[in-house]
Amino acid sequence: MKALCWHGKKDIRCETVPDPRIEEPRDAIVKVTSCAICGSDLHLFDGFMPGMMEGDIMGHEFMGEVVEVGPGNKKLKVGDRVVVPFTIVCGECDQCRRGNYSVCERTNRNKALAEKVFGHTTAGLFGYTHLTGGYPGGQAEYVRVPYADVAPVKVPDGLTDEQVLFLGDILPTGWQAAVQCDIQPTDTVAVWGAGPVGQFAVRAALMLGARQVVVIDRLPDRLSMAKACGALTINFEEESVLERLAELTGGKGPEKCIDAVGMEAHVPRTLDSVYDRAKQALMLESDRAHVLREIIYACRPAGTISIPGVYGGLVDKIPFGAVMNKGLTIRTGQTHVNRWAEDLLRRIEEGQIDPSFVITHTVSLEDGPQMYETFRDKEDGCIKVVMKPGEPSRHTATAERAQP
Amino acid sequence: MNNAYDLTRPDPARMRPPVEARYVRSAPRTVARGLGWFSLALGATEWWRPASTARATGLDGWAPVVKAWGLREIAVGAGLLLSRHPAPWAWARVAGDVLDLATLALGRDGVHHRRHRAATMAVLGVTVVDVLCARALSAEARRRSQPWYDYSDRSGFPKGLQAARSAAVMVPDDMRAPPALRPYGEPGAEQRA
Repeated sequence: MKALCWHGKKDIRCETVPDPRIEEPRDAIVKVTSCAICGSDLHLFDGFMPGMMEGDIMGHEFMGEVVEVGPGNKKLKVGDRVVVPFTIVCGECDQCRRGNYSVCERTNRNKALAEKVFGHTTAGLFGYTHLTGGYPGGQAEYVRVPYADVAPVKVPDGLTDEQVLFLGDILPTGWQAAVQCDIQPTDTVAVWGAGPVGQFAVRAALMLGARQVVVIDRLPDRLSMAKACGALTINFEEESVLERLAELTGGKGPEKCIDAVGMEAHVPRTLDSVYDRAKQALMLESDRAHVLREIIYACRPAGTISIPGVYGGLVDKIPFGAVMNKGLTIRTGQTHVNRWAEDLLRRIEEGQIDPSFVITHTVSLEDGPQMYETFRDKEDGCIKVVMKPGEPSRHTATAERAQP
Repeated sequence: MNNAYDLTRPDPARMRPPVEARYVRSAPRTVARGLGWFSLALGATEWWRPASTARATGLDGWAPVVKAWGLREIAVGAGLLLSRHPAPWAWARVAGDVLDLATLALGRDGVHHRRHRAATMAVLGVTVVDVLCARALSAEARRRSQPWYDYSDRSGFPKGLQAARSAAVMVPDDMRAPPALRPYGEPGAEQRA
């Protein structure tokens, strides 16, 4: 089968690899009909996350049709159409039973490695380093889904792939980011980063009843998409974020702040971002935390900071004195997808939200490596890339048409 | 439900011209302003005190050239500080650095080694900063001169914004803020007090 494989920093290739097969009774094999490039895939592409090995299959946002089921799997049958959450969960451990699926205690098959890095293990993830199990990812024609009788979400035929694909990661991620802010009707919610997760966090904050939502970014296309749902916008290259937020909140700052940027903040404006870049280049720091620092300063005392943006390792110069003295609450974590997926699927079916608005590019799997660059560089208005395994490459199709 | 917009690629009809901002906040521009003030100060010194500047840099006898370079520094400094598009002025500083280095090479008299070496090292250091700044400014200018796509038709709410607002008021207990951190005036606030 064809799959996108990691071969080092900025080197992802579409290659032929062996087909997956059933390994455990609860497994299923899914034929991927749609998959997407996630912002956190870019951390692997840019070489900021440790634990990747040459040939690893990328991708953790995917959906498709079940083509094979293990003998112990009573939930799925061949032909089912499923969205597969990026977290692999057992459904039986202490954490799963509490709904903390992203910290499932059993599915990370490299538990010892994760314990060394994080202190305790987290759930296994598809296509996201050997720290989280080294499971082959979903940017492929077929995927083996372990514990497939727990996490996969069956979807009805009446909805398109584009409407339901993001149930597996970024829609619930934006949703959880807003939910864990415990938004009140008087709240101003500020969202840093108008990428796909930021866009969903904005919409979730509005649906959860925020008085006003403010989005901070520098790219006019992304800001226009945020404006489309009624959010206020701040272009941080053209105005001061702190001054504008103070203006919008009577000088008090937003009650709820969401960091939808994470470890690769592109803020070429401040001294601390230059410092971060220098330390990162010298391998003395893994993450650039400018946004987190700014959020800590901007957030109203006794406010809440929600962090769906991915951080991978060590950050430096976090003003923890401000966190402590302002009495801020910080909530973070990978998304407990299965806690939200059924509810969100119902909302999509009812027409409350249509997540496909975020898709700007749809390409074949073969065109994927090129789209990693386009997405990373935010070129051609790129906000979200969906790939269709099995469909011909744009370049191949063009070449075939050109032949007499 | 059918998708209302093209999901394969951005619609060329929604491409918009680049936005010309009155003021851009960025690190390269901050550095460029610093270099502009530096240019003005250095240029003024070279213009008013050419002989002493020439002596200090080991270029005895080159005062007229130093005076001319002073004028150049003042012009470039003013350009960096006053222009909305500082990238060409930053490259002008790089060109000036090359002239300065060439002058230092030609003016080496073999007598004032230490002063000459110090001046050459200083110009080399400033050249590195100038090149980095000019490159960053050019990249920023390229990015900001790109057209962009207007996605303001993509709300994601098929039934409209009003129908979506407050459509989902549900927060599990483990994700609720403690009562003391919720706003005053909310129903039930008096019980928490």
